[in-house]
Amino acid sequence: MSQSVIKVVDVKKSFGAVKALKGVSLEIAPGEIHCLAGENGCGKSTLIKVISGVHPPDSGHIEFGGKVYTKISPIEAIMNGVQVIYQDFSIFPNLTVMENLVFNSELKDKRKFVNWKRFRKIAQEAVDRIGFKVDLNARVGDLSVADKQLVAICRALMFNAKLIIMDEPTTALTTKEVNALFKIIMSLKQQGIAILFVSHKLNEVFEISERFTIMRSGEKIITGNTSELDDKKFTYYMTGREFEDLRFKPKNVNKEPLLEVENLGLSGYFHDVNFKLHRGEILGITGLLGSGRTELALSLFGVTPADQGKIRIKGQEVVIDSVASAMKHNIGYVPEDRLSEGLFLPRSIGDNIVISELENISNKRGVIDQKKRKSEIERWVKELGVATNNPNNACNTLSGGNQQKVVLAKWLSRNLDILILNGPTVGVDIGAKHDIHTILQNLAHEGLGIIIISDDLPEILQNSSKVIIMKNGTVTAELNPEDIDENKLSEYMMGGNE
Amino acid sequence: MEKKMKKLLSKHEFYISLVIVLLCAMIEIRSGQFFTPNNLVDLGSALIVPGLFAIGAFMVIVSGGIDVSFPALASLSVYTTTRILTDIDYKGGILLPIVMVLAFGALLGAFNGFFIAKLKLPTMIITLGTSSVFKGIMQGVLNSTQIPNIPEGMKKFGNDALFVALNKESGLTSKMPIAFLILIVAIGLAYFVLRYTMFGRALFAIGGNESSAYRAGFNVERTKFILYVVVGAVSSLAGLIRVCMMGQCHPTNMLGMEMMIIAGVVLGGVAITGGDGTLTGCMLGTILIVMVQNSLILLGIPTYWQGFFLGTLIIVGTGISAMQVLRNSKRLVRKKSEEESS
Repeated sequence: MSQSVIKVVDVKKSFGAVKALKGVSLEIAPGEIHCLAGENGCGKSTLIKVISGVHPPDSGHIEFGGKVYTKISPIEAIMNGVQVIYQDFSIFPNLTVMENLVFNSELKDKRKFVNWKRFRKIAQEAVDRIGFKVDLNARVGDLSVADKQLVAICRALMFNAKLIIMDEPTTALTTKEVNALFKIIMSLKQQGIAILFVSHKLNEVFEISERFTIMRSGEKIITGNTSELDDKKFTYYMTGREFEDLRFKPKNVNKEPLLEVENLGLSGYFHDVNFKLHRGEILGITGLLGSGRTELALSLFGVTPADQGKIRIKGQEVVIDSVASAMKHNIGYVPEDRLSEGLFLPRSIGDNIVISELENISNKRGVIDQKKRKSEIERWVKELGVATNNPNNACNTLSGGNQQKVVLAKWLSRNLDILILNGPTVGVDIGAKHDIHTILQNLAHEGLGIIIISDDLPEILQNSSKVIIMKNGTVTAELNPEDIDENKLSEYMMGGNE
Repeated sequence: MEKKMKKLLSKHEFYISLVIVLLCAMIEIRSGQFFTPNNLVDLGSALIVPGLFAIGAFMVIVSGGIDVSFPALASLSVYTTTRILTDIDYKGGILLPIVMVLAFGALLGAFNGFFIAKLKLPTMIITLGTSSVFKGIMQGVLNSTQIPNIPEGMKKFGNDALFVALNKESGLTSKMPIAFLILIVAIGLAYFVLRYTMFGRALFAIGGNESSAYRAGFNVERTKFILYVVVGAVSSLAGLIRVCMMGQCHPTNMLGMEMMIIAGVVLGGVAITGGDGTLTGCMLGTILIVMVQNSLILLGIPTYWQGFFLGTLIIVGTGISAMQVLRNSKRLVRKKSEEESS
């Protein structure tokens, strides 16, 4: 094996009493694509911060090309060719592509004045390196997520990078964009640049990486070749638990349709959508970003009311023109972005659980019955397995998966008929994801009608009793998940199969 | 051509210019007095002080903060300067007062800057506090009173005319004060700093995303500190010019101007959330506010309607830009879905 780009040896790091890293070692060769996986809080981010010089390690050392550092500053890390692409890309949405690209190098050269011609030249060289076609004068805030990421990648490449660390780079990308990103990663590899790819999406790990490292609670569990890894092992290393794939089999499907949608449409977003949902069913809706799937969900929940077609609930035609009217018909909606749309993060877990059933736990005068409040909170924390020892803690102390459980509890406490979930497990750990799937399947068995919107294809296949595919604002196929697999499904999504 | 047109139509400055032209036309039609030389000169002269204040307010808003202390800060440094010079019976020219007021302004600005940059507290909260502190020092510690006779040099500076305009019909004359040059120079300097120095670009970067700015290697603390020192100095200079032009120092005369100035800046299309806006827009917004304040009289509208009109302007002005943002984002979504499906 040739000289490694980076070697991390037995690094330990504690924050107060919390041992974030308990002696982790890692070695990456030039041009290697290495995947770092692990559940939230396993120490991945701390490890990255140690490598990039943000946190000094308590003990252990880091080697760059044979040079040993027991402590490293961010500048030294950059000088040694380490570049981190953060999840938020660290960009300036209000400025042009050009400025976003040149600031780092201009500041490194300690320049005081701006020369727009030089800016343009540097920026052009940066985008040319990966053949990224973009208007240098465009505002970065107006670009798509994928393009923003490319800007961040171009910027990282300007510093003679030898190791690029990408922190969950595919979270907000569509399948197509992920493929484009992978192509770029492969071409970087050809230039001898190593990539440390942080992800907990199984399929991506298999597709892109040659070697992998899995961490759990501050320890390195295993490092190895990806070719020796399979789904079962991967999940086991990540969580320390074994799961069986629970395929959803509807049990108590009611004959009467619960929700019927007839030629539903909203000008400019979707049109002529038809489907039926029965009690006990889980309907999976998938499609590319911009196919109208999110807008459809928002219309069913009254956020952007539909302007064409009919909605029938339990056979009765209804008008859903506001969130209030959707809630009156016992519809609940778990949004795509639970952090900004679904939860009051700084408020307590308990407050978040009871927020949509306040009228049920208060007396006639509108004063909240504390005893009822407490028992409701206890009931849901237990029922959904929210990992907390004190429901009075703020909601943002929970991990993504547990936050999602709180969002679920918030709706379930209202005795819903229909629950719509948009991306129910985005950014959620494998373990919690499994729990959430189990909860949803059980809810369906208990007679709830559930709609899941997701571009996580295994999730759709595993949990739905019926799948509809949206494209260009309308339904292009209705399928039985038993008859198809992931490849088929994505073919339908891309529209290659009509 | 079409592309150019489209670009023009997407610019906030275009709309605000349109509003200014319409307002000019309206006043001219009603009164026939708008495009008289003396009225235009009066407007220019009324623009000096708000214009300088607006430059400072603009830079702060671009960097993501809202400074509400600059009138109090300017009042304190001008009052202190004038008091000292009157007490020692100063007979010299304008140079010393300018140097003194800049120094006091920078010092008070550094006080703001220290809290905002080092303690990382929101600008608005800090400046609400310091604005009261400045007022308190002036009215309590210094026991401020009106100074009816300011030093000769200052009075002369306020009275000296760059040129005099005459309205041939009415025989009225108006002087354009020398200080107008200071505004011109300040605008030029601000334009250069914001566009051609890393300090200027750092303000935009910090306003856009502070943690990104830090990670990119900007010295965020130092940039903010310098910003508030500069804003303190510029605002105090504006205060001095106002005192000179009035020929007397009235300590509380400027207090309360902050809302009008900030409104002008926002009206000019500068995003109150930081990072976005142009100096041109900021100046146009300020001109509009000054015009409304000065010219409603020409329309025969009683002065107490001023507040009403200013308020309406602000709502309409910011409403238009908000609608544009909304439309743009919708277009983006549609464009994206078209790309996806192609």
